[in-house]
Amino acid sequence: MSKALLQVRDLRTHFETRAGTIKAVDGISFTLERGEILGLVGESGSGKSVTGFSLIGLLDAPGRIAGGSVLFDRQELVGLSQSEMRKLRGKRIAMIFQDPAATLNPVLTIGQQMAMAVQAHGGGGDGAALALAARSLSRVGIPDAAARLNAYPHEFSGGMRQRVAIAIALLHEPELIIADEPTTALDVSIQAQILAEMKMLAQGSGTALIWISHDLAIVSSLADRVIVLYLGRIVEYGPVRDVLRAPLHPYTRGLLDSLPALAAPGQKLMQIPGSTPSPLNVPPGCPFAPRCSHATELCRSEPPGVGDERHGAFCHHPLNASGGPNA
Amino acid sequence: MLGYIIQRLIQSGFVMLAMSALVFVGVYAIGNPIDVLISPDATQDIREATIRHYGLDQPLWQQYLAFLGRLLQGDLGRSFVLNIPVLQLVLSRLPATLELALASVLIGAFVGIPLGIYAGYRPESPVSKTIMAVSVLGFSVPTFWVGLILILTFAVNLDWLPAGDRGETVEIFGVGWSFLTWDGLRFLALPALNLCLFKLAMLIRLSRAGTREIMLSDTVKFARAAGLSDFTILRRHVLRLISIPLVTVFGLEFGSTLAFAVVTETIFSWPGVGKLIIDSITSLDRPVMVGYLILVAFLFVTINLVVDLTYALLDPRLRRGRRV
Ligand SMILES: Nc1ncnc2c1ncn2[C@@H]1O[C@H](COP(=O)(O)OP(=O)(O)OP(=O)(O)O)[C@@H](O)[C@H]1O
Ligand code: SF4
Ligand SMILES: [Mg+2]
Repeated sequence: MSKALLQVRDLRTHFETRAGTIKAVDGISFTLERGEILGLVGESGSGKSVTGFSLIGLLDAPGRIAGGSVLFDRQELVGLSQSEMRKLRGKRIAMIFQDPAATLNPVLTIGQQMAMAVQAHGGGGDGAALALAARSLSRVGIPDAAARLNAYPHEFSGGMRQRVAIAIALLHEPELIIADEPTTALDVSIQAQILAEMKMLAQGSGTALIWISHDLAIVSSLADRVIVLYLGRIVEYGPVRDVLRAPLHPYTRGLLDSLPALAAPGQKLMQIPGSTPSPLNVPPGCPFAPRCSHATELCRSEPPGVGDERHGAFCHHPLNASGGPNA
Repeated sequence: MLGYIIQRLIQSGFVMLAMSALVFVGVYAIGNPIDVLISPDATQDIREATIRHYGLDQPLWQQYLAFLGRLLQGDLGRSFVLNIPVLQLVLSRLPATLELALASVLIGAFVGIPLGIYAGYRPESPVSKTIMAVSVLGFSVPTFWVGLILILTFAVNLDWLPAGDRGETVEIFGVGWSFLTWDGLRFLALPALNLCLFKLAMLIRLSRAGTREIMLSDTVKFARAAGLSDFTILRRHVLRLISIPLVTVFGLEFGSTLAFAVVTETIFSWPGVGKLIIDSITSLDRPVMVGYLILVAFLFVTINLVVDLTYALLDPRLRRGRRV
């Protein structure tokens, strides 16, 4: 039996809509060790957020987990009752979101909101809850934390607000934090600061982190391993260095070529041709085939399998080190 | 905050000034007030004395200033019909309307808001669908009809509750209140129920719409991600967030019920201002109409002021904020 913190096997999350079934997550598998940082990358609509919400049991209607298994510390989360799930949420698995202006309640003080989060899991009286809240705020670098408990969200800047949200996620020292693009709405300099702090906090407390982002550059500075999603499926996975240095999947290559931060000076930025097809109408075979310059008949008919355990791509013709397709 | 209050007070002063001008023009300047003030068969002497007494020989702006001056001293004139000061007359009727209006908006709020929140929280459940169906009735069935049905059912057929007049009252500050006695409460029950149905329906719909919207927001998602129970989320997050629009409606409804409880007061012979204004219109008692309009304007302005101040209490973003 593996001692991995999280073991996701063939996870499928579907939205039954009037137009048809959207397979937002279509058979994803991965494992996450304690204290590990995993980057989840993909274009808009690739299923990153839905993956995160599936793990923590917060899918919006009409979404539901249609299959697969999520083992968290050997406990099966798929099919767990809402009240059992609630006991894990915030306590052992936390989540932070993209826009701190929308996540914090504008009409309650930071202290009130943090005390609620403490008391959701026991947490004793208001005094003890607020003391814990103040400690958590100091940890994320908010000066004069005890006094700031009486402030309202609008009295903080964007970066400080996201720190507050992170402090709420850290309150119970969870084993896993799912971070859904928490720095996308922030200035670049603050983004870098928060990334560095998150990395330190995660390492310091042994918290595992799933960092969702559409930006490979951010993930490369933070994560140990990365998973690239396309149309609800994993197209490539592996240690960050390997994936960045020698991507196997043409889609990953395309993502990398469109990144200003990673391009060689003077090199032209490339865009992946075409756009993501409708999730209602996923091509048979390789879902990336309509946009792939290496696509063959095989690609259009047969879904690709995967090669290596450590670093692999779901591709019939994975790229070699020089960037061309293998035979 | 203090600056805000002062600013709003000054604004309210201007609104009252504008209202007084409108009422003045509407009631005193249009048509010939003499015809209204004295009976057509009065002698010439009385006519002239009255014209002088009311300053009707003065230019219009001077008349208005005099009117304002009297207004500021609380002098709204005397009722033609009852020959007592209008202020005294309206104030003697106001408590009855005040408690009727307050009872109906409070029932509407305490019943309607929880029902609406539930309906918004579980929009698909049969209970919620029933709640919504009832709220449609509350909107579409006319007040007078419901009033008559209530009287027929509870007063005539079942003979449980009285329908008509106020019952026993208790004197506080020189005016009678019926909500303090059991007998008074029994008299209050049917008219308050009648009057509250529309408010109930409206508050149900508003709370439901607000709750539905907020339940889908990131704020609720984040609260859930922190492990809060749905009950805590509804009670602490949702209620606080929807209370801001609800306070506005509550205030407006309270104001308009005070001013226009006419139908219910008439059906239940409730001796409030609504009945007074109907009586004064039928007897062409102009000073009473003027006094009533001014008082209603004053009540509206006051309620709006209270609503705005409550806003500032509920929404910290309206108070002055510091940033880090
Ligand atoms: N409530 C919903 N109802 C129907 N479909 C949904 C719902 N939520 C998500 N989806 C679908 O699931 C798919 C994946 O969405 P998801 O939000 O996970 O994308 P994402 O990778 O997080 O994108 P982004 O970068 O824009 O946040 C999309 O095709 C979307 O249309
Ligand atoms: S399987 Fe074929 S179409 Fe899909 S990415 Fe690989 S080469 Fe391109
Ligand atoms: Mg997303």
